[in-house]
Amino acid sequence: MDLYRAHVLVCGGTGCTSSGSAKLIERFEEQIATNGLDKEVKVVRTGCFGLCEAGPVVIIYPEGTFYSRVKVEDVDEIVTEHLLKGRKVQHLVYVDHKTHESSVQKSLNEIGFYKQQERIALRNCGVIDPENIDEYIAFDGYQALGKALTEMTPEQVIDEILKSGLRGRGGAGFPTGKKWQFARASQAEHKYFVCNADEGDPGAFMDRSLLEGDPHAIIEAMAIGGYAIGADEGWVYVRAEYPIAVKRLEKAIEQAREYGLLGKNIFGTDFNFDIHIRLGAGAFVCGEETALMASIEGKRGEPRPKPPFPAVRGLFDSPTNINNVETLGNVAQIILKGADWFRSIGTEKSTGTKVFALGGKINNTGLVEVPMGVPLRTIIEDIGGGIPNGKKFKAVQTGGPSGGCIPASLLDISVEYDTLTSVGAMMGSGGMIVLDEDNCMVDIARFFLDFTVDESCGKCTPCRIGTRRMLEILERITEGKGEEGDIEKLENLAENIKNSALCGLGQTAPNPVLSTIKFFRDEYEAHIRDKKCPAHHCQAMLNYVITDKCRGCTLCARKCPVSAITGTVKEKHVIDTAKCIKCGQCIANCKFGAIIKD
Amino acid sequence: MKSLADLQAIRAKTLENINMRKEDENAARVVVGMATCGIAAGARPVMLKFLEEIKDRDLQHVTVSQTGCIGMCRLEPMVDIILPGQEKVTYVKVKPDMVDRIVAEHLIGGTPVAEYTIGAAEA
Repeated sequence: MDLYRAHVLVCGGTGCTSSGSAKLIERFEEQIATNGLDKEVKVVRTGCFGLCEAGPVVIIYPEGTFYSRVKVEDVDEIVTEHLLKGRKVQHLVYVDHKTHESSVQKSLNEIGFYKQQERIALRNCGVIDPENIDEYIAFDGYQALGKALTEMTPEQVIDEILKSGLRGRGGAGFPTGKKWQFARASQAEHKYFVCNADEGDPGAFMDRSLLEGDPHAIIEAMAIGGYAIGADEGWVYVRAEYPIAVKRLEKAIEQAREYGLLGKNIFGTDFNFDIHIRLGAGAFVCGEETALMASIEGKRGEPRPKPPFPAVRGLFDSPTNINNVETLGNVAQIILKGADWFRSIGTEKSTGTKVFALGGKINNTGLVEVPMGVPLRTIIEDIGGGIPNGKKFKAVQTGGPSGGCIPASLLDISVEYDTLTSVGAMMGSGGMIVLDEDNCMVDIARFFLDFTVDESCGKCTPCRIGTRRMLEILERITEGKGEEGDIEKLENLAENIKNSALCGLGQTAPNPVLSTIKFFRDEYEAHIRDKKCPAHHCQAMLNYVITDKCRGCTLCARKCPVSAITGTVKEKHVIDTAKCIKCGQCIANCKFGAIIKD
Repeated sequence: MKSLADLQAIRAKTLENINMRKEDENAARVVVGMATCGIAAGARPVMLKFLEEIKDRDLQHVTVSQTGCIGMCRLEPMVDIILPGQEKVTYVKVKPDMVDRIVAEHLIGGTPVAEYTIGAAEA
């Protein structure tokens, strides 16, 4: 292996790939060769760095210079200036949203976005080449597996995970060690260890990034888990919509087999373990463990009642343990550094860190990993960089279609499993959708319910019909046809569905509605009683009005696609609300701010 | 791979290569002046020689990077060596055949090669 003086790390995650990072890599390699630097400078395609907002991201070591939004045209300049002459290309260096400081003199960890993060699950994402097993090994990879197999009994491994307090990161937050214990206790010739990579919450993409950026961490954790529960076969259920993740995982499994880290007699012991991949077709319900197992078996992806729990009768009727990707991302580190180390991070009941996918009305869209228990405010304001365009923060939606909203008044809440549940939201898989004053909360509830109605498998009545009825009421309200008693009807339906649906999908589907009613009941009431949408979002209840600020320039009348605006030059214009299609063209074009939504 | 020792071997072999991506306060830095003046004076072969020496001697915790012109173009190629916690030492008019001694005596031994430094050249 050659020694290089500089490494150019280009993000190859899904976000940056879609904004053209593959072309960047090509151009870098080409330009580096043209300038005769190919013996000194190495180009590495890494996983996601997390700051997707600034993508495509390029980091150059040893300086740690962070270039953001790099275009193919910029590559030549970076090569000739930075790599050839050692001068950083100032105008491409990432500038912090909040402090307006550029990162020229700072190392990566001092940038506001990264400073308050603590990366355990994402430790290698954006640092190593995920398609190179040697790099993973250099960053302590497979050490934990070696330690578990040669120095620990399966019971000791389970004990360590139990003691660490690790809880499932996929949504429900069940203690991982307990799960392993149950699966270990089941007697059977054959057991399975399954990784749930059927990430389906709208806006959540931490599992994808982890698989893309550090696939070996998942393989290692599955092998450790397999050893602990006594399984010799592993399955990864991953959605086909994640082609980069699938490709890297396949490659990683191949490499691990080549090295004997999967297969027979791993590390010279009598432990055998191998992993298969099953692609999912993207049904949300297949993230539910019993539906997931049915899908792996080739059956229709529908849940079944529990018990029997998977630990007793799971995949192919054998005892099975199922863990989420991010949960597994922590396992090797716990075995290596010990339960006490893991417990020292986070809070008493929520140990370790959690990865959140920040999206919606936030400056730094991306992936962040923070210790459990940090105030929500830190995530939104410090790491996320606040709300764009000077708008006011209204709420954050956590836990996706199963979760709820946390309003501005609770912004100082500490982010951990139990506090979030206590306010009617939930940790969920860690999607955080930030909403500002322009978001209508009724419409947000409608959006999530629309999703669950779509994704309901239809097996049980409460979910199939109940959520549909709820959606119809919500649609009515947002169309300005709400009636007195609708809120109570929603609440009543919600309680019944929660109590009677077959699986987690149905049981949690009403949560977004209940939590928005809880915190934003006045918005519902305004829609129903006053036929007004306070956020000026619901088109049906919205009128565009020209105020006295109008100078009669005629621009709006000319821009209106349906000729709904009339008026003579230098006189106030009028909008014919019957004709108006509320497209917003007039507001966008008015130079005097004379048109408002009412 | 049949043992932890095998794993360690791969780890050690790869680590020297990607060390620069870790936060390493104990890293020694070799900084080569690579502006137009430095390159014209022959900085590139000097830097390549540093890389070669570091690799051959299997040195850990050393990074090689470049910098721009600091104004004393007549003394190029210039090389700064910064050992952790110490003042930087600047070598001037460095030629590839001088690199061997700088690496051996300064980077490894900790004693600057006085006669190659800017102090000696300007005296």
